[in-house]
Amino acid sequence: MTADDAAVGDGAHVTVDATGLLCPLPIIELAKAARGREPGTELTVLCTDLAARIDVPAWARMTGNEFVGESETDGEGVALTVRLR
Amino acid sequence: MFLDASGSSPMTNRTLEAFHSGLADGWADPSRLHTESRRARQLVDASREALAEALGSRPEHTFLSQSPHLAIERVLAGVFTARRGRDRIVASAVERDATLHAAHHLTGGRVTTVPVDRLGHVDLDALSHELGVPDVALAAVQHANHEIGTVQRLDAVMEAASAAKVPLVVDATASIGHGPAPEHWDAMVANPADWGGPAGLGVVAMRPRTRWLPAWPEGDDWAPGGLLVPAVLAAAVALQERLEQRDATQGRLRGLVDRVRATAATWPGVDVVGDPDERLPHVVTFSCLYVDGEALLSRLDREGIAVGSGSACTTSTLEPSRVLAAVGALSHGNVRLGLHPGVTDADVSRLLALMPRVLADLRAEAGAPEL
Repeated sequence: MTADDAAVGDGAHVTVDATGLLCPLPIIELAKAARGREPGTELTVLCTDLAARIDVPAWARMTGNEFVGESETDGEGVALTVRLR
Repeated sequence: MFLDASGSSPMTNRTLEAFHSGLADGWADPSRLHTESRRARQLVDASREALAEALGSRPEHTFLSQSPHLAIERVLAGVFTARRGRDRIVASAVERDATLHAAHHLTGGRVTTVPVDRLGHVDLDALSHELGVPDVALAAVQHANHEIGTVQRLDAVMEAASAAKVPLVVDATASIGHGPAPEHWDAMVANPADWGGPAGLGVVAMRPRTRWLPAWPEGDDWAPGGLLVPAVLAAAVALQERLEQRDATQGRLRGLVDRVRATAATWPGVDVVGDPDERLPHVVTFSCLYVDGEALLSRLDREGIAVGSGSACTTSTLEPSRVLAAVGALSHGNVRLGLHPGVTDADVSRLLALMPRVLADLRAEAGAPEL
C-alpha cells in the first residue's frame, strides 16, 4: 500500500479516484499508485476527464504494462483498468 | 526561434516584395473593365496559372477562396451536391476538423470515419469496404497529416475510390510546397500560408472530369466579395521560391527531423508519433508523459522557442486531439515542430539540448513519479 490518498485497496486490485482531475493528472495519479506494486496487480482509474480514455491505454503501452479495458461508472465518468507487468 | 511552421510560415523577402508590388499594381477591383482593373486581373490570372502548374492542375479548373477552411467547405459542398441521391461521406479518422465539420453539415451527420493504424495510415480494407456501399457521395482523405506528418498512400486510396466510382477529395493543405504534389485526386485543396505565402487564401484544384455544382448563391464565384490580389500574387511567388529551393531545403529539413525523432526517442517517457519514413519532410510530433501541454509550450516560449501542440485539454472546453487519439498517442504533453527553410541546425540543437531539463522540471512540478 502506498501513501497516495487517491489509491484505495491492496493486493490484486487497486482503485485510483481521479474524478475531477484534468489530464495529465489522472495518469500521474495512476503512475504514483502503480509504483512498487507486484506484476499482475490491476489498477482501475476513475476519471471524468475523457481524455483519460486516450491517455490510460497510451500510458500502458509506453510503460510496458497492459490496458485491460474500460467500463461505465455510476456517475458521469469512466473506469479504466490496467494490469501491471 | 520559430519552430511552428505548420499552417503558417515566415514570409521570405521575395514573397514580401511580391506582396508589396501586388498592393501597388493590383489595388483595383479585378472584375471591372478599365485598365487599372485589367492589371489587377492579370496579376490574379498569372498567379493562378503558376499555382495550377505547381498543383498539376489547369488554370480554368483552379479556384481561389478566402481561406483553406472555406476552400475545404466549398469543394466538399460542390462535389457532394453534384452526386445527387448519395448522401454519405467517407473520411479518414485523421482529417482536419474543417473537413469533418463540413462533411457532417452537408450530410446531416451521415459521415463514416475510417480508422488509421499506429503510424497514421488509413485502413485500406476498411476504406474499400465503406466505399463499396452505394450511398457514398465522396471520399475525403488527406495527403499528409498536419499534426503527425504521415503521408497517405494515395495511389491505393485512389484505386479504392475509382473501383467504387466515388470521387476522391484530397486535403493537401499540409503538403503542397514541401514535396511533390500528389497525383491521385479528383479534387484537391492547398493552403498558401503553409508554404510561406500570406494567410487568408485557399486553393482548390479540380480534375476536368470531376463533377461539381455551386452549392452557394454566388454561382461560379469561389471567392464571394473578392480576393486580396497581393495575397494571390505573393502566394504564387512563395510557392515558386519553395519549388526552386526544394532539393536543397527538403533534404536538409528531413535530416533535421530525423535527428529530432532519433533524439526524442531516447528521452524517458517520450513517444515519437507518425511514420518515420513516409512523412512530410518538416513536421514531427512527440508526446511526453506526465506533462501538461500548455505548461510545456509556455516554458519553451519563455526560452524564446515557439513550438506547436496537438492538445489543449486543460482548457476543458477543447477536446483532445482526434488525430493523436486515432494513432493511440497521448492526448497531453505534445510538441509539434514545423521546420521552415530558415531553421538552422543550431536552432534544432538548442531545442534538443533544452528539452530533457524542461521535461524534468515540469514533471517535478506536477509531482510525477520517476521514469
